[in-house]
Amino acid sequence: MSTNSNGFNKKILIQACGEALLKLNPKVQVRNPVMFTVWIGSCLTTGFVLRDLFQGSGGNTSFALQITVWLWFTVLFANFAEAIAEGRGKAQAQALRQTRRQTQAKKIVHDKPQVVEAASLRKSDIVLVEPGDIIPSDGEVIEGMATVDESAVTGESAPVIRESGGDKSSVTGGTRVLSDWIKVEVTANPGETFLDRMISLVEGAKRQKTPNEIALTILLVGLTIVFLAAVTTLYPYAIYSEINISITVLIALLVCLIPTTIGGLLSAIGIAGMDRLLKRNVLAMSGRAVEAAGDVDVLLLDKTGTITLGNRMAAEFIPAAGISMAEVADAAQMASLADETPEGRSIVVLAKQKYNLRERDLTNLEAEFIPFSAHTRMSGVNLKDKVIRKGSVDAIQKYVREKGSELPENVKSACEGIAKSGGTPLVVTEGSKVLGAIHLKDVIKGGIKERFKELRQMGIKTVMITGDNPLTAAAIAAEAGVDDFMAEATPEGKLALIREYQEKGMLVAMTGDGTNDAPALAQSDVGVAMNSGTQAAKEAGNMVDLDSNPTKLIEIVEIGKQLLMTRGALTTFSIANDVAKYFAIIPALFAAYPAFGIFNIMRLSTPESAILSAVIFNALIIIGLVPLALRGVLYQPLGADMILRRNLILYGLGGLVAPFLGIKLIDVLLAAFHLV
Amino acid sequence: MVTDVLLFIVFFALLLFMAWPLGSYMAKVYHGERTMFDTIFLPIEKTLYRLAGIDATQEMNWRQYASGLLIFNILGLAAVVAIQGLQAMLPWNPEGLAAVPFHLAFNTAVSFITNTNWQAYSGETTMSYFTQMTALTVQNFLSAATGMAAAVALVRGLARKNTKHIGNFWSDMVRSIIWILLPLSIVVSIVFMQQGVIQNLSPYVTVDTLEGGWQTIAMGPAASQEAIKLLGTNGGGFFNANSAHPFENPTPFSNLVQVLSIFLIPAAMVFMYGKMVQDRRQGYAILAAMLLLFTVCLGGIYASERYGNPIAEHSGVNEPANMEGKDIRFGINGSALFAAVTTAASCGAVNTMHDSLTPLGGMVTMLQMMLGEVIIGGVGAGFYGMMMYVMLTVFIVGLMVGRTPEYLGKKIEANEMKMVVIAILIPAIAILVGSAFSVMVDAGLAGLNNAGPHGFSEILYAFASAAGNNGSAFAGLSANTVYYNLMIAATMLIGRFGVIIPVLAIAGSLAEKRVSPPGTGTFPTTGSLFVLLLAGIVVMVGALTFLPALSLGPVIEHLLMLQGLTF
Repeated sequence: MSTNSNGFNKKILIQACGEALLKLNPKVQVRNPVMFTVWIGSCLTTGFVLRDLFQGSGGNTSFALQITVWLWFTVLFANFAEAIAEGRGKAQAQALRQTRRQTQAKKIVHDKPQVVEAASLRKSDIVLVEPGDIIPSDGEVIEGMATVDESAVTGESAPVIRESGGDKSSVTGGTRVLSDWIKVEVTANPGETFLDRMISLVEGAKRQKTPNEIALTILLVGLTIVFLAAVTTLYPYAIYSEINISITVLIALLVCLIPTTIGGLLSAIGIAGMDRLLKRNVLAMSGRAVEAAGDVDVLLLDKTGTITLGNRMAAEFIPAAGISMAEVADAAQMASLADETPEGRSIVVLAKQKYNLRERDLTNLEAEFIPFSAHTRMSGVNLKDKVIRKGSVDAIQKYVREKGSELPENVKSACEGIAKSGGTPLVVTEGSKVLGAIHLKDVIKGGIKERFKELRQMGIKTVMITGDNPLTAAAIAAEAGVDDFMAEATPEGKLALIREYQEKGMLVAMTGDGTNDAPALAQSDVGVAMNSGTQAAKEAGNMVDLDSNPTKLIEIVEIGKQLLMTRGALTTFSIANDVAKYFAIIPALFAAYPAFGIFNIMRLSTPESAILSAVIFNALIIIGLVPLALRGVLYQPLGADMILRRNLILYGLGGLVAPFLGIKLIDVLLAAFHLV
Repeated sequence: MVTDVLLFIVFFALLLFMAWPLGSYMAKVYHGERTMFDTIFLPIEKTLYRLAGIDATQEMNWRQYASGLLIFNILGLAAVVAIQGLQAMLPWNPEGLAAVPFHLAFNTAVSFITNTNWQAYSGETTMSYFTQMTALTVQNFLSAATGMAAAVALVRGLARKNTKHIGNFWSDMVRSIIWILLPLSIVVSIVFMQQGVIQNLSPYVTVDTLEGGWQTIAMGPAASQEAIKLLGTNGGGFFNANSAHPFENPTPFSNLVQVLSIFLIPAAMVFMYGKMVQDRRQGYAILAAMLLLFTVCLGGIYASERYGNPIAEHSGVNEPANMEGKDIRFGINGSALFAAVTTAASCGAVNTMHDSLTPLGGMVTMLQMMLGEVIIGGVGAGFYGMMMYVMLTVFIVGLMVGRTPEYLGKKIEANEMKMVVIAILIPAIAILVGSAFSVMVDAGLAGLNNAGPHGFSEILYAFASAAGNNGSAFAGLSANTVYYNLMIAATMLIGRFGVIIPVLAIAGSLAEKRVSPPGTGTFPTTGSLFVLLLAGIVVMVGALTFLPALSLGPVIEHLLMLQGLTF
């Protein structure tokens, strides 16, 4: 899925040139009213030039010809911009298609596998997938467990485990089983699989205009109509004023005035926005969802994996009265040596780092490890001479009480303190002698606090969702710097919370992976499902994160905002450009009245070169802004006020000034080469 | 110069001082809250509803509201045409004026229902007292109330959420008239009468002049029509000379009262808006943008008239200041202020011959109308017109903060943009196309008094005035022809209802939306930056649309004037 980082490889460029020509087809052009107007204008001027050539009219044919050529270039450049944006997706779709081609499946018929074409599979068929096989279609694992290489879809080469039951049961067609075997119930008919949808999305085949794009198009059409009126009525006005204006010049004026810059780049901006998401391995099911991401007011973030690292880590040992720190650390490490859970390993590591306790030779100690059991809710180790247990406060209290002992006061209060601070206390005991407590702590991800601060500046509220009790949740929330939290969260609670925010008029984004997240994902305005999650979650959400990284929600919001900002910036730029174009064209148009010369503030050499320069600038600026349209305007996490000021200066003021310089420069060149 | 500026400052101060409390009062009126006049007005209101069989508590959706408004105006149109046609048979016609010809009657009726008050006739020789009072004066009230109702409906659309309802048209009309227009008109007409505006039903008076000849002096119930002519930004003069006539506008003081009356309700509506959406700063921002634009325009007209015509200066006829077409008793300042106010506010009353303004002064009056009459603007119309630009600004610029554009927490989406574009586009295109058509046909060119760019300006002004529902004229154009009466009537209708209907559609669609709370991530619509942006967008849209046309009219006329060439 990964692409060349700048995205402009030669192949795409060459293809785009060809596409640009193909897109001259009026059926394609008519979808973009602004550029269609230019297209019609170009056809008309071409007709006039041909007429002049054959009839030998006395007019300035070379000038009209140059205008015509640049008008066609204007259309071509806009086509080229769109083709480039599409080109990247097409290359990716091509790669995806190859994985899909001619897969065979072992369909289970009457309990026996039978080789069939993957394309013949239907919903609820059951297939067997063995090592080396490509999973033929999307489905749920109903039996078995296997490691799967999903790099064809995610680009991530590390294999993942897929097993029946639980939240890791969904498999994607086109991925490959590496070891073991699974039986998969197919959940998608041919043409509806994830891979199919992905191909059509990246190709932009089903691309529909998004709501904001439609609204903007209406504005652009409105501007086009008003300029059309201004320019066509100029013809009778000029006749009244006894000024001779050729229709070619009027068309040139019209093309300069209508918002061709944004009109030509609008669809490229939209495609590039989807593409930027795709590069971050997020698949948006619709452009609408990307736009909504920019509008999000509230982010619901799962604590685990987003705000904190996945697991709690041992942070501290607290010895009971009369016990040395080293003794606690030693016992804790001993009890955890065989504990493969991240918590257990973190205890071993902490003891090693802090007290330099090395792992020791287990066989010498004749250790017998007692794994964690749901019954005793403890784990530990039986050694030759001692029995060490570690477990939750309640479990150990029960354990030592049975042996006629009690938790020492300082351990009890230490445990309470740990719980209050948002941590989890574990108690270590040797027989009935309680040695001390271990402080397991949620580790907040590095940099996440700053991220939340940025979000706050952008006006986005962050809400942490956790199953922890309110006390723990509050402590973590405070440490991570989220705006709010929901403790002891249940799927119903989440759904209710989303509805509550939406009632207040806010747009909510969340991530989820489990089947029980599906209703909340469906309710939220932007629901990002983890690719590792269940089929139900993926269908409920409107985006899928192929990396299954919940933090990415923040990036998605940024991309959404960037998309809207780019549209706004180029619209502003496009309209601001018109001022300079008027200053170039009006004095040239009314050259019959030399008094208008005072408006020729750019001191353009001749009326013809003034008009031609404006047309050339108008065409070239489209190409000049293609990289900006594809990349998006620079995004900074600031308040709306700051962003606005910055963009206004850059694109508003810049849009006023740039064409004055550009047109003058082109005029100088035209004069130097005696082109007009 | 100092006294001139002083007059302008006094004008602004008095305006804000009076409009602020009036805005609060109007908010109460439209909310149906208690006001100090309820004991008198409530019984009148109830009686009216009972007579008309109206349930004023019944809320309407935008389609119902728009249908009510349209039907009401069509009936008004028919009534005004009928009265003009029958005036010879009707009472209060001491001069025995004949029936008004149909094309003129139609033009006048359209003109008065659309709050334009374009007058292709002269009042004293065409309209009987009965017509003036029952048709024209009545429509002065009704057309003003129509504009106010549409504006209030839009405010409700912004203030409400999750509803289809935008108020009751009949109730808004009745309350606009009884609580606001009538009491204000009574007060202002008394002030006018004190200043010397006439109010009688007497026949015209013939007097012997000092030169030994004789002169007929027109009489009539002028004061009662004068007040609403200004307060309702109607502008239709009782006499042909309008507010330059000493019986309409006798003194510099009455002149000040006139300009204040024109701006009073439109400015108060903006204050009212802030109060009704419970964020007064929203209103302040819009008013600030309006006043900013107005100050620039007023400055432009004043400077241009003060600088005057160099040709006149060189010829030694008079001082450089352009006093042609102005009344000595108003001076440059009183005339420039009136010209600026009347064209900014879509009033159209004049105390100065706009045809005689300097080319650039005349261009500013024209430009104010071309911008869509949103600089203060007509009663109601100015507010809702400006709101279209507010939404346009929010949409273009708001995108740059990275959110779907929102105004007052409501998303501006395709539907709103469609209506905003229509509302801004329709009058602009009507002006351009109407003018273009008129310079192409003989019937259009026949009425011209002047040749060259000035003649073009006269045509352009006429259509700008009609589409903006202003009603003033570069009177050089003889507009009482079948061609112009019908063309202008069509332009007035398009300029009025082509805006009101999209506005109501927006009100309806906004009312249905939910409101997202403002935050640091939302585009701020208060504060100086927004004021500048709004004013900037208004100017940009207007300038980009009309620059070619204006270049061939006033701009070239000005440039040629500097070279010593006139038309």
